[in-house]
Amino acid sequence: MPYPEELVTPMREELTSIGIQELRDADEVDAFLAQKSGTTMVVINSVCGCAAGGARPGVALALGHASRPDRVGTVFAGQDLEAVARVREHLEGIPPSSPAIALFKDGELVHFVPRHWIEGRDPRTIAQDLATAFDEFCAAPSAGASGKPSGKPSGAKKS
Amino acid sequence: MGTFHDGLGDLHGITVVVETRGAITYVGRCHEENDRHVLLHDADLHDAASSATSREEYLARAARFGVFAKHRTLAVPRGEVTSIRRLGELARG
Repeated sequence: MPYPEELVTPMREELTSIGIQELRDADEVDAFLAQKSGTTMVVINSVCGCAAGGARPGVALALGHASRPDRVGTVFAGQDLEAVARVREHLEGIPPSSPAIALFKDGELVHFVPRHWIEGRDPRTIAQDLATAFDEFCAAPSAGASGKPSGKPSGAKKS
Repeated sequence: MGTFHDGLGDLHGITVVVETRGAITYVGRCHEENDRHVLLHDADLHDAASSATSREEYLARAARFGVFAKHRTLAVPRGEVTSIRRLGELARG
């Protein structure tokens, strides 16, 4: 049973406030992951302590790195069940865990951070792991580009 | 003021690999470890005696992606345990 929404709203906002697009249902996930060119990161958020103390601040730190994904979305495990299930369909063969982070390049999964690489780790360590993956798979922004990755598909309007 | 996490050991909430005197290796989230047992949640096990994959192959995949939780709760008798280590300490393949 999902937690009361007022409890998880701050946990959502930790990510949405830094430009990460929240995906609340299967349609939004489909639209987001339909953008296959370039790099796409999906953060599976969670109410657990390792999300609060590790994953969310670690992701925030990592997105300050010079190279970063072209777009970043998030789904909330235990809350937006349909959205999370749809993301996991794109992670075929990978055991479900949360929090977790998936990085896709041109539609293919290239880096995955399961829960056990988050639990017990500090945000800087998590951020460094992501930054290393960003260096390998993502392009550094060109001169004059905006500072944060776009969470939203180009041309999309948030209702 | 304590919480319900207190007194359950340093590995409480951590995904661990539990190796035993026999052919079975367990992977799961440690709830508690004491002189009686290691209690795991959302656990899986590998039986080297009957599995098509080796223990090393199983753990390599587990280290990279995690495990499918086939057992909601597993209690491994302490006397059977030869080692407990964090799954996150294994090198990712």
